[in-house]
Amino acid sequence: MKANVVEAVQDAMRIALREDPACLVLGEDVGRNGGVFRATDGLQQEFGEGRVLDTPLAESSIAGVGLGLAAAGMHPICEIQFAGFLYITMNQIGSQVARLRLRTGGSLKAQMVIRAPYGGNVRTPDLHSDSFEAIYAHTPGIKVVLPATAYAAKGLLLAAIEDPDPVLFLEPMRIYRGFREEIPDGHYTVPLGQARVAREGGDVTLVAYGAAVGTALEAADVLATEGIQAEIVDLQTVAPLDAETVLASVRKTGRVVVIHEAARPGGLGAEVAAVIQEGAFYSLEAPIERVTGWATPYPFVQAEGLYVPSAARIAAAARRTLSA
Amino acid sequence: MGYLRDAPDDWLPLRLVDQDGTPLLGAELPPHDTVLAIFRWMVFGRVFDQRMLSLQRQGRIGTIGSIRGQEASAAGLGVAMRGEDWLAGSYRELLTYMVHGVPAETLISLYRGGVPGPFPEGVRALPVQIVIGAQMPQAAGLGLALKLRQERAAVVACCGDGATSEGDFHEGVNFAGAHHLPVVFVVQNNGWAISVPRARQTASATIAQKAFAYGMPAAQVDGNDALAVYEVCREALERARRGDGPSLIEAVTYRLGPHTTSDDPTRYRDETEVKAREAEDPLPRLRRYLEHAGLYEEGLQERLEEEARESMGMAVATAEAMPPVTPEQVFDLTWAAETDGARRERERALLELREVGEL
Repeated sequence: MKANVVEAVQDAMRIALREDPACLVLGEDVGRNGGVFRATDGLQQEFGEGRVLDTPLAESSIAGVGLGLAAAGMHPICEIQFAGFLYITMNQIGSQVARLRLRTGGSLKAQMVIRAPYGGNVRTPDLHSDSFEAIYAHTPGIKVVLPATAYAAKGLLLAAIEDPDPVLFLEPMRIYRGFREEIPDGHYTVPLGQARVAREGGDVTLVAYGAAVGTALEAADVLATEGIQAEIVDLQTVAPLDAETVLASVRKTGRVVVIHEAARPGGLGAEVAAVIQEGAFYSLEAPIERVTGWATPYPFVQAEGLYVPSAARIAAAARRTLSA
Repeated sequence: MGYLRDAPDDWLPLRLVDQDGTPLLGAELPPHDTVLAIFRWMVFGRVFDQRMLSLQRQGRIGTIGSIRGQEASAAGLGVAMRGEDWLAGSYRELLTYMVHGVPAETLISLYRGGVPGPFPEGVRALPVQIVIGAQMPQAAGLGLALKLRQERAAVVACCGDGATSEGDFHEGVNFAGAHHLPVVFVVQNNGWAISVPRARQTASATIAQKAFAYGMPAAQVDGNDALAVYEVCREALERARRGDGPSLIEAVTYRLGPHTTSDDPTRYRDETEVKAREAEDPLPRLRRYLEHAGLYEEGLQERLEEEARESMGMAVATAEAMPPVTPEQVFDLTWAAETDGARRERERALLELREVGEL
């Protein structure tokens, strides 16, 4: 089938609802309206109000109810309408969901997925455009997954639903309907915790995830016209991090640019850079570059095009690593 | 003008047995074996509390909250529950946890800083909640699962008067109301949230009346009248199990002890208030009822106290014989499906400890 990212997400949920009687979907406007991005379009009609539930407008309870459902053996998929609202869920996710297994000595597990569209450059108000993956990557006990393609979105989401650990699944809003690609019709999974090499090259490694992978590919095309072959590592799961795939690429290229649109301080770029200097310091030929959002809150629409990393900024950073 | 209306303020807490142990006229009371079971658990709760405080003073456990004075609310509720019901409570409901089947040694292990579990197979309870009010939406989630699976069981969500100010209280109770879930919310209003009195917590005349705003019925009960607590909880639980939806119970009680062993209540509350409330201690009150009803055999309380002390002695020994938490265990319990990246982190952490001989 041909699908864009949001259709792939929807297909994964439809398959899970069909195959797993314990699976259910809940969130704001996910029922009759099919979600504000139509990610759950038609699911309530197909599976009924008991499997696809509209919740009250209260994000903390969406996550907390998810924990209760999971503790009772259900496999909930909770939708938070925008990742920008994830701050509200921080206690339920960070103190509760991520620690349920530990705090019950393994009696209870939180097999649940919390989905949220993340990221900016879609001309939506600033508080809808945040990228909060680093906050949750800093919260061990929950896996943090960000797909970059429709194929990955479906396969990673099915893997997340079936994973016995809780998963925060951040969907890149910017590429929800960006492009359609051919993906398998039925059930398949893409393993959690594994990065993939999205493009091979020997000169410089671009580490990215989510929507930034597409921008990195654009940058790689530009660099290729200059004779620079960039390798792109798409992390896919940012927590726990697949260090080995990153290190293997760095050992080959010796040069690295880490890209994310989340704010720079304490971002995933810092973690990736630290992992590289711990594991491949002697392979490095140049300082590690970071191309990220700024050390400011996410700005207003008129400035967001400059905040979110562009292909030009990524290419420039790659050239800096080569001239160092 | 004159459009605004006040909420009704004619609440009278439900009471079945008077302070002096006399049943109120026409009161329907639980059967004798139930009354004796509640009394036995209340005695156990009192002994548990004393023992935990002394363990804390000896440095054998960490900070712990006192439950003294609230045994009627905790035991009345616990005995009204059934094994198929779920419990989502906090550190003030340790007695309810034990009535519901969590062994004392598990709780002692928790306060020794050990792994608080696993609960015995089949005991349906969430971990003892520490973050105030967080259990309320979780209880709604448990209720949703029971409803969807058409299980004839209920969820009990406990919190204190302070927790009713939390956003999660509102979100959880509201969710249960909106989705008509089998959840019984039991608020133990013990008058104090650490140092803040009930009157500073909310301007509501009662906590019970908050239920009406969420579209569910409520009761305010004398939380030191164990039999009234039992009866009202039984009604609410049966209603929930039948599929008739959620309800909220406010049990008006009093925290005779400090908030926790780290708290000094003389800083904020008058000792004369506490003295007056000591006279309303729920334990001698139920004993007076037993005597009144001819159920009290000579030396019963002393015998139950001795049994409780013995059983606590064994629980303490069991908890203290449990091996200390290991770093491996912490990693084991963090992930059910460890990825290569997580394994790498585990190995690095353990290596670092081994290098300096700390492991």
